[in-house]
Amino acid sequence: MQINENNKEFKPLIVAFCCNWCSYAGADLAGSSRLSYPANVKVIRVPCSCRVNPMFILRAFQRGADGVIIAGCHPGDCHYTSGNYFARRRMTLLFSMLDYMGIEKGRTRVEWISAAEGAKFSATMNEFVETIHNLGPNKKLEDLRCKE
Amino acid sequence: MQRISEEILSKCRALLEDGTADRVMGWENGEFYYDVTPAVFTKDNLDNMIYDDFCASNQSKYFILESKKEGKIVALLKPCDTYSFNQLLKENRINRDNVYVLGIPCDGKIDVQKAALLGIKGITGVKSVGDEVVFETIYGEKSCAKKDVLFEKCMSCKGKKHMIYDALSNEEQEPETAIANEDFGNRFAYIENLEHMTPDERFDFWRGELSRCIRCNACRNVCPACSCLTCVFDNPKSGVDSKANTDDFEENLFHIIRAFHVAGRCTDCGECTRVCPQNIPLHLLNRKFIKDINELYGEYQAGADIELGMPLTSYTKQDAEPSIVYERGGNK
Ligand code: SF4
Ligand code: SF4
Ligand code: SF4
Repeated sequence: MQINENNKEFKPLIVAFCCNWCSYAGADLAGSSRLSYPANVKVIRVPCSCRVNPMFILRAFQRGADGVIIAGCHPGDCHYTSGNYFARRRMTLLFSMLDYMGIEKGRTRVEWISAAEGAKFSATMNEFVETIHNLGPNKKLEDLRCKE
Repeated sequence: MQRISEEILSKCRALLEDGTADRVMGWENGEFYYDVTPAVFTKDNLDNMIYDDFCASNQSKYFILESKKEGKIVALLKPCDTYSFNQLLKENRINRDNVYVLGIPCDGKIDVQKAALLGIKGITGVKSVGDEVVFETIYGEKSCAKKDVLFEKCMSCKGKKHMIYDALSNEEQEPETAIANEDFGNRFAYIENLEHMTPDERFDFWRGELSRCIRCNACRNVCPACSCLTCVFDNPKSGVDSKANTDDFEENLFHIIRAFHVAGRCTDCGECTRVCPQNIPLHLLNRKFIKDINELYGEYQAGADIELGMPLTSYTKQDAEPSIVYERGGNK
């Protein structure tokens, strides 16, 4: 049997690291308000956006993610008072380094989404999936050993 | 030819004799003339100590362990080493009470590979005379301009002032301020070139460089900022500690994470680039972080002091959002 490449539509895999105190609850709210977001967004709950180690992001790409988004509390609203401020600096530097190494900038993103912003959660995820869809599959940070 | 100034040697001898310290960390001869190696000396073998234009290594990292031992050790630190030493003090890695810092002068260290490219081989002696270096070789005397054989780190020297010391071996030579030379100001020029390329060109540039990496970990092991006792890359589950590289991803991950882990703490001492057996320009990664930190969070030189907060362990409420990366620079 021949596989027709054109029929295999690209479905980007997105990993979303969501802070337990805001964005994860925001995702819940999106669900209970029946706002949809694409099924190919895999949510991983973290205690704070600053728990996201650069290694997590690269490992997600290694294992086949096409885009990684980190969602945390709005600056000033961190459950632990300042975690997201540290995350903001780290992610800014990391994203800039990824760009410097030639990796498409659109593949990584940080968004601040509160527990009350179910609609923002759903809109952000839809829009991010769209962006990654346009960028195409992640080739530059893939690990062929992890591919089927 | 004597390979150390009488001044340094007699100061060290005096420190050992009057009981201020009981060990000295310096350099000794290796297998070849240029192949010097770090070593610890006591009263008995101090005469074997050398210090000349081939003694390029930054010894700061050794004092993490040495300062935990009993007794006091004399640290011979070049101006640039004092930044790394300070940074380690700031991170509480060195026990200051057990180290006596003797600031030693430096006017640039010689990269024997560059000398070899100029046809200077079989070296048996070296002397700097103004802007020139004179080599004694088994083929006779040879000389060249010093700037042609300097290490990358010495090309962009931070200046000749010691940032921390208990005594200086030569007080008269010590400048008032840490004014860096012109080349230090130009150290970001190459990074700007890269930023102006397209992402695909940059990707290819880094593939070209990083694909040579043999994951020997020398850049990590030599780095005074990489002072973790257990490193993420030693974790057998990291997926990036294979004996042989199996995929590009490994090199990308190693290099992004290594540089990220030292961001804000890297003093730009240049050791990583100096030791890389594959001549990978690691300073281009470290300096990208330094450049971004300077631009986004204010000028910062790691190791210049021991009090100021570090860029990645502090923040302001007005910091730029990560999305600034999508808009910045000519690197669309
Ligand atoms: S990363 Fe390189 S330049 Fe920076 S402190 Fe470590 S060895 Fe020195
Ligand atoms: S690479 Fe990271 S974990 Fe490893 S020694 Fe350096 S700073 Fe520590
Ligand atoms: S020293 Fe060079 S070859 Fe060795 S791991 Fe570092 S970059 Fe790779």
